[in-house]
Amino acid sequence: EVFLPEEMRGPAPVDFLQELPSYQSALRRRTAATTAGSQERRAAPEGFAGLRAAEAQGPKPEGSELALRPAREHPGSMAERRRLRDHQQVDIKYLSGWEQWKRTSSKSLKRALSEVKELSSYLKLWRRDIHSIEGKFGTGIQSYFSFLRFLVLLNFVIFILMFSFVTLPSVISKSGVFNSSFAKIPLRNIDSHCTVYEPSGNKGLVYFYTYLKDLLTGTGILEVTVLFYGYYTIDAAWISMMRYNLPLAYLLATFAYLALSLLWIIIRSVEGFKQNLVHAEDQFQSYCNKVFAGWDFCITDTNAARLKHRSLLYELQTDLEEERRKEKIAGRTMKEKLRIYALRVLVNVVVIAVLSGCFYSIYRATVFSQEKSNVSMVYMTLEANLLVQYLPSIVITLANFIAPLIFSFLITFEEYSPAFEIRLTLMRCIFVRLASIAVLLFSLWSQISFCVTDKCNACGYNYELYPCWETDVGREMYKLMIFDFIIILAGVLFLDFPRKLLVTHCPCKLVQWFGLQEFGISDNVLEIVYGQTICWIGTFFSPLLPAIATIKYFIVFYIKKISLKYTCKPAAKPIRASSSNFFFLVVLLIGLVLAFVPLGISIARIPSSKACGPFRNFNTSWAVVPDTVLGFPKGLQQVLYGIASEAFAVPFFMVVCLIMFYFIALAGAHKRVVELLREQLVLVRSESTFL
Amino acid sequence: GAEAVRAAMGGSASVLPRDALSEYQELTFLNKQEILLAYKRFSELLPKEERENACSVRVPKSQILTLPELRANPFQHRICRVFSTSNAGDDSMSFEDFLDMLSVFSDSATSDIKSHYAFRIFDFDDDGTLDRKDLEKLVNCLTGQGEESRLNNAEMEQLIRNILEESDIDKDGTINLSEFQHVISRCPDFARYSSICG
Repeated sequence: EVFLPEEMRGPAPVDFLQELPSYQSALRRRTAATTAGSQERRAAPEGFAGLRAAEAQGPKPEGSELALRPAREHPGSMAERRRLRDHQQVDIKYLSGWEQWKRTSSKSLKRALSEVKELSSYLKLWRRDIHSIEGKFGTGIQSYFSFLRFLVLLNFVIFILMFSFVTLPSVISKSGVFNSSFAKIPLRNIDSHCTVYEPSGNKGLVYFYTYLKDLLTGTGILEVTVLFYGYYTIDAAWISMMRYNLPLAYLLATFAYLALSLLWIIIRSVEGFKQNLVHAEDQFQSYCNKVFAGWDFCITDTNAARLKHRSLLYELQTDLEEERRKEKIAGRTMKEKLRIYALRVLVNVVVIAVLSGCFYSIYRATVFSQEKSNVSMVYMTLEANLLVQYLPSIVITLANFIAPLIFSFLITFEEYSPAFEIRLTLMRCIFVRLASIAVLLFSLWSQISFCVTDKCNACGYNYELYPCWETDVGREMYKLMIFDFIIILAGVLFLDFPRKLLVTHCPCKLVQWFGLQEFGISDNVLEIVYGQTICWIGTFFSPLLPAIATIKYFIVFYIKKISLKYTCKPAAKPIRASSSNFFFLVVLLIGLVLAFVPLGISIARIPSSKACGPFRNFNTSWAVVPDTVLGFPKGLQQVLYGIASEAFAVPFFMVVCLIMFYFIALAGAHKRVVELLREQLVLVRSESTFL
Repeated sequence: GAEAVRAAMGGSASVLPRDALSEYQELTFLNKQEILLAYKRFSELLPKEERENACSVRVPKSQILTLPELRANPFQHRICRVFSTSNAGDDSMSFEDFLDMLSVFSDSATSDIKSHYAFRIFDFDDDGTLDRKDLEKLVNCLTGQGEESRLNNAEMEQLIRNILEESDIDKDGTINLSEFQHVISRCPDFARYSSICG
């Protein structure tokens, strides 16, 4: 064999590597000029000495095209970077005055930007808390708390939106400040019986506990406050001589907060989505990722380090075992396959049965609760009253607690790979949680629109029991939210802390085997996504709900932090930070899309109540928009009708499809280029060794 | 100016000269607070009499290993070796080496720099490529010292085979710098885990 000298063997394969798309985009990101770039290509050496030598050369600038790469991005010791910077300074003198000014201004701009960034990082809510959580418990759990912080901010912004466009004008016009007034336009062709609405509002002397009951169930005094839809019975408002179209504002604010949430979530998830898409071919949590990026450099405590070593060992062993298992699965016989598929079908049938059971019990509980609460409740004690009112929430919470246990038991029979098992169980749990809200709403509507008499049909909804049905729906959402908060609080107080006390003070073997609990990230995430979905659905019916959600999540942060610090042990199975963030946002997006459905149906299909609310004069809540469009100038009307017509929609859809196909084809072509280049690399290298 | 005042006060804390501070700001990814904090911590590693000229003194490796960031790190020896510019080969670090280290591990360092240094840290035999022996030592560092915390031979073989399959593009059985940087650019966790927080 003939051995080639190191330098000659080096560049050839490396040149091809540099044509790979990922390397190209990395190059483009560095703002190196072309001359510096070619220096990089020539100087990618093999040996350690070669590395040092290449750095010592440094990019030699020619002419006016100077290396714009700042010195600190250059790998090497401080002394080398100093030399490089001096070179750059020297050559600056040969630049024209314009270039010099550009250079110095960009430098000072960068410095100013970094100062601003530093300042703004101090303003971030809970920065120090989340930092300490990251140090002690790792990045997986930290991402849960960052997610919680994001939800607090989102809810606060939604609250500001609804408050400034809906609540504030209503309050101003009703109270008469700034010379404002409001008008209730008398209804035209609507039967008068639909418009009767007398909220009780607790007149006279009442027991003290009635106020507590009202606070917890949203009835009584709360019913007539700003909290619920019923307060906003304003058809037109004047704020110091300017006319304010409250119905339109109410509807548009609803659309605005939905669009804002969608946009914000998508922007946050773009980063994770890009990586997910790119790595779809490789297994997402590949071996290289685990080995090269496996050690968490934030760990400073030897105990935590020992745990991390153990969890890395466990992770690597599990992955290797899963690979061996996959090979075994591929070698399954036909008979085994049939048996497993039959088993899976059976398990799925059982899962569907469990889900139907849950949903049916939620339906019956809602119907029972509504029927009982329509009967006069004066004759019931406070506890019975609360129990009846909260029955749907209790049933939902029970279903959300039991169903995941059943699912994780059943999935062992289906013999999937461990990663897929986790995902499938998660999907099923998400479905249970979010669909139970849908079932609740559906059963509410079936009650609300249950009509036998003609008089009732004339209104479109059951005017006797639900004169102001939006307030009732809002009240249900309010109760769900309060109950959710109580459950989180009770869970920590009555489950986590007693368990910790038991484990620390009771030497019994069974108890020690049970051990401290781990911080279940997916369970906690599902819990808060459930709460957020309720908030999104409920804000239309109860404009102050986002404020309650903000306060609730604010308190939940501290509750969970305390629970984590005092009652949890570090997880045995590590959760990767990268996949966590994307997973949280995907689940949140599912919740948002699910929230669109009931809202869409309530706004566009169900007749709005004629006795209260800003949409009394319209058939449905959506009808205010066509009404407003009719008031626009003719030209604008034509444009809007054109956009909504088929003549525009079909070509638009076709163009969007074409663009999508183009990008898919481009991605396929890139993939093929990558494959070709890889093959070429191997070919070139094997050729050069044979020379 | 400020230095004289401090020295006159007789405190043990000496101060970094201003022009050096702005130079370091320019040449590293650290901001002013971080550089000053690094200076303070570095001086604390030195015995009292040498603290005055902390900028030109070298701290022996044993002292550096007492830092909390390195104490529990399985790559502590490699980190000292890579960042040390000592000619005596004793892996002692000067203040500038220390700043280099903090700069590379800070949040604002580019992923290019991080991957470049990660490659050098993982290259146990300093030959410019990651071959099978380097990978084996790397995996053993990750899983911990001690016999019961290592992968057995068959598992190690399988793991190294998988790693090379994913990252060795020219199929020569070793990973060079470009291949390493290529594979790191697709590792989503690298940037988060390779930063020292706080």
